[in-house]
Amino acid sequence: MHIHLSNSDGVPIYLQIVNQVRYLITSGRLSEGEELPPIRVLAEQLLVNPNTVARAYRELEVAGLVEKRRTAGTYVSGAGSRLARRERLRILAERVDALLAEARQMDVNLEQVVDLVRQRDSVMDRAAAAPSPGTRDAKGLVP
Amino acid sequence: MIAAETRVPDDAPAPAQANAVEVRHLSRRFGSKLALDDVSLSVPAGTVLGLVGENGAGKTTLIRHVLGLLKAEAGSVDVFGLDPALDPVPVLSRIGYLSEEPDLPGWMRVHELLRYVAAFYPTWDADYAERLRRDFALDATAKVKHLSKGQRARAGLLAALAYRPDLLLLDEPSSGLDPIVRRDILGAIVRTIADQGRTVLFSSHLLSEVERMSDRIAMIKSGRVVFCGTLDGIRARHCRITLRLDESRGRPPALPSALSWEGRGREWTAVCAASADDARIEASRAAAQVVEEWTPDLDEIFIAHAGGKRPEGAAT
Repeated sequence: MHIHLSNSDGVPIYLQIVNQVRYLITSGRLSEGEELPPIRVLAEQLLVNPNTVARAYRELEVAGLVEKRRTAGTYVSGAGSRLARRERLRILAERVDALLAEARQMDVNLEQVVDLVRQRDSVMDRAAAAPSPGTRDAKGLVP
Repeated sequence: MIAAETRVPDDAPAPAQANAVEVRHLSRRFGSKLALDDVSLSVPAGTVLGLVGENGAGKTTLIRHVLGLLKAEAGSVDVFGLDPALDPVPVLSRIGYLSEEPDLPGWMRVHELLRYVAAFYPTWDADYAERLRRDFALDATAKVKHLSKGQRARAGLLAALAYRPDLLLLDEPSSGLDPIVRRDILGAIVRTIADQGRTVLFSSHLLSEVERMSDRIAMIKSGRVVFCGTLDGIRARHCRITLRLDESRGRPPALPSALSWEGRGREWTAVCAASADDARIEASRAAAQVVEEWTPDLDEIFIAHAGGKRPEGAAT
């Protein structure tokens, strides 16, 4: 399980761990029943306070993504993978929120945003249908 | 836990069992300079307190009081329920201390140094010491004075860890060291705290280290505590706010909680020692429109306090 902590983006460390483990589970890179590293091991690897890792694990447990088992150890829960789709939508919802906030700030209304989303989607379709990246004419990408 | 027969001065308040270190209203003067000014701080057992502040702010003076090297002139210092200046032996036997320039006898060889230090500490764990020596690749036969700065820091760290102290006290431990030695030092903090009940108090000017290691962070400026708490709590008590004015001005608007300002003309940005709600109220009183606000990170808060004027009554 690889986690990368950033010092510069202002997101608290425990939340960075939560978000990244969440992402690893929803993307299927951690699967049901897989064991997370013990708190102490992850703390030493990331060089963070073990209490911070413990807090992240607690949050993941409350969210139902992982479960503690009787003989210590934290495992990806079955519910965790079932939650995957909901999680993906949740992650997208965050992005949409950011997009909408920016649109409002720029005085672009919802209709226009939705139009733009459709337009970009069709651009992406066309790009995917294009022969190969090497031979593609850059002009063909302009909507 | 504190033994029943511990000697506590009669006028001292009852020691708080949950705190490994308890500093109350500590003041210290060196000549005309007030090095510590009514400092109150506690370190709950089993937690890490990171101490930040500019050079000369008073961090080392505070740590020397916790070690009992300085006696409280005003106020009190309590370590495991004892005054370290009055009862140095039982207190020091439970503290592992490492300073920026560890004071080690240069003429000794590493194995002699370890035997020498071991003699002071009944809890010295020779196996653990040997394991650390190998992990740190310290040559047992090398003379301390011939060690590199990094290896000397590792030797000092080993000597501070091998008796498994209940309190690890580190004064700018990673100052001027390469990233690999710093990793060893941070790893030692992590392992210390992972052992149930052990406590760490360390000072550093590397805020990213402090952020990663600490349960609570305290900043000292000109001998006073300007903030102390969890990172979340500290951030919640500060905000960064951008204001727009009706007309261009040469000076920022008057915001009582502002620590620092940047900007010009009609747009000014302040880091405030206030919650976003309170800062918004101040802004509306100053007839300024809030166009942006966000929660500053530790760097921004630190710089605002260090560079800005001393906030009146901000000591918490």
